Amino acid sequence: MRLHGVEIEETYAEAFKMWGTRLLITAESPRWARIAAEAASGFAISVIGCGCEAGIEEMLPPERTPDGRPGTAVLLFAPSRKDLEAQLVLRVGQGVMTCATTACFCGLEGEEAVSVGGKLRYFGDGYQGSKVLGGRRYWRIPVMDGEFLVEDRFAIQRSVGGGNFLVLAETAASALASVEAAVAAMEPVGGAILPFPGGIVRSGSKVGSRYKFLSASTNSAYCPSLRSLVATELPETVNAVYEIVIDGLDEEAVRKAMKVGIEAAARPGVVRISAGNYGGSLGQYRFHLQEIVAGEGKEGEGP
Amino acid sequence: MTILRPRFVFDLPVEAEVLTPENLCGVDAERAGRHTVAYGRRTRLLGELFEIDVERGEGLVLEGDFSRVKKIGRAMKEGLLVVRGDGGMHLGSAMSGGTIRVEGNVDAWAGAMMSGGTLEVAGSAGPYLAGAYPGETKGMTGGVILVRGDAAVRAGERMRRGLVAIGGRAGDFAAVNILAGTVVVFGSIGARAGAGSKRGTVVALGGMETEPLPTYQAGCLYRPLFLLPLLRFLADRGFPVTEAHRLGPYRRWTGDVTSLGKGEILTYEKPQ
Repeated sequence: MRLHGVEIEETYAEAFKMWGTRLLITAESPRWARIAAEAASGFAISVIGCGCEAGIEEMLPPERTPDGRPGTAVLLFAPSRKDLEAQLVLRVGQGVMTCATTACFCGLEGEEAVSVGGKLRYFGDGYQGSKVLGGRRYWRIPVMDGEFLVEDRFAIQRSVGGGNFLVLAETAASALASVEAAVAAMEPVGGAILPFPGGIVRSGSKVGSRYKFLSASTNSAYCPSLRSLVATELPETVNAVYEIVIDGLDEEAVRKAMKVGIEAAARPGVVRISAGNYGGSLGQYRFHLQEIVAGEGKEGEGP
Repeated sequence: MTILRPRFVFDLPVEAEVLTPENLCGVDAERAGRHTVAYGRRTRLLGELFEIDVERGEGLVLEGDFSRVKKIGRAMKEGLLVVRGDGGMHLGSAMSGGTIRVEGNVDAWAGAMMSGGTLEVAGSAGPYLAGAYPGETKGMTGGVILVRGDAAVRAGERMRRGLVAIGGRAGDFAAVNILAGTVVVFGSIGARAGAGSKRGTVVALGGMETEPLPTYQAGCLYRPLFLLPLLRFLADRGFPVTEAHRLGPYRRWTGDVTSLGKGEILTYEKPQ
């Protein structure tokens, strides 16, 4: 299949199960809401080394936040419930509670939930208090500019991590222009984030390595500099590759983001669009590129 | 929908805790009429005191003057009860779920010791709203009470949890001896609010008629963040929340030091 003259490889992106949630961070101004969101979602690139993957989903106007102040929606994903809870407590405690004027609410509905405010409350040293409103409990923790308000429990849901596609281009410049266009198109898609810096991965990885202590290593088959040394996946004309990784609250969000991203990435200078396919060794979800581009995303491809 | 209308003007009090959706909805009028109530000292059939109609629609509707009918919706667990007029004493007391909407006023002890559900009163409430009966240690332990008008003395007495919002004035001794929970008053608050409170919050949006008790200490002037979702909740339900209420600031008074002392009164202070 070709899209705008670019080959869409007949392959699939392999993704895996995660647990995810949405934080709604509010503050006195959009600036402080963004600062808190960036702090909470910073260094949350890959579960391989960061414990979780997170990113800003969107900026929220006051009418869309629980307290009527400007806000930011952040999505956060981790491999297990336990990991997600631990990361939430750390990141809300360190990244949001410390940030001037903020409050933090859960942005998902659901029965499955983990304790966040219920653990952070102890910072109040006995002076914390809770209020229940509309069936939800909020903790008021006294801090030096007044109080930090945080929801007791955050709903979580089964999610999808590691949706991806690879852009194989003739030059580094054309590869970067392609993925920048893709990121711009993908960012407005709700329920999905691109956790890597600027939404783009330059150090794509494969499963395993020659070193026993390392579970993932450079994706040698896609490194142009290794073309003559390994079983390469790169056509002769390709000299640069970037990957875009997508985490989503559900398969549909990942599929939507991939579709608009691939459509935007297919532009002059790009030779092929491929995907991280590890032969089933990585994950339970399969996102077939050609079906996504054709708008035929299959339900039920996941586990 | 089951509709009840008084057959005559009651010159004696009626005790009718049978007036709940659980008892009267989903049954035919004849069966509903076989429930018994107390009329003065005598026991009478419900059908002797009220006309009962069953129509399409949801809930139990009481039309007419029910101001002498006590215990409407008492211990109600679910469903919708609408009172198109005034309600008598103990309305919604000990309710644990469902919604009661009163289009007129309610008498004393409305919502006393309720533990869940929602009680909405378009008019005013008598004494002991959400309170505790004599000898009981806890009043309201959950749920929401929304009164658009005034509340008489001792609103929220000994409440343990839940929310009471009063659109008008609250009488003396509001939130006295509260253990926890929140009382929001849009009008003024009478004397001795929060006396003896352990925890809990009184939000005085319309000012206090007297200074807080000497057993309360003035703290900071700030914007309590928890008020923001709370005020939005109340604005969504028709209370007169203004942007000024949202912005504050509020003076925080903590007390009562004769008790645990972790209660608070938040008084809205108009910026100079």
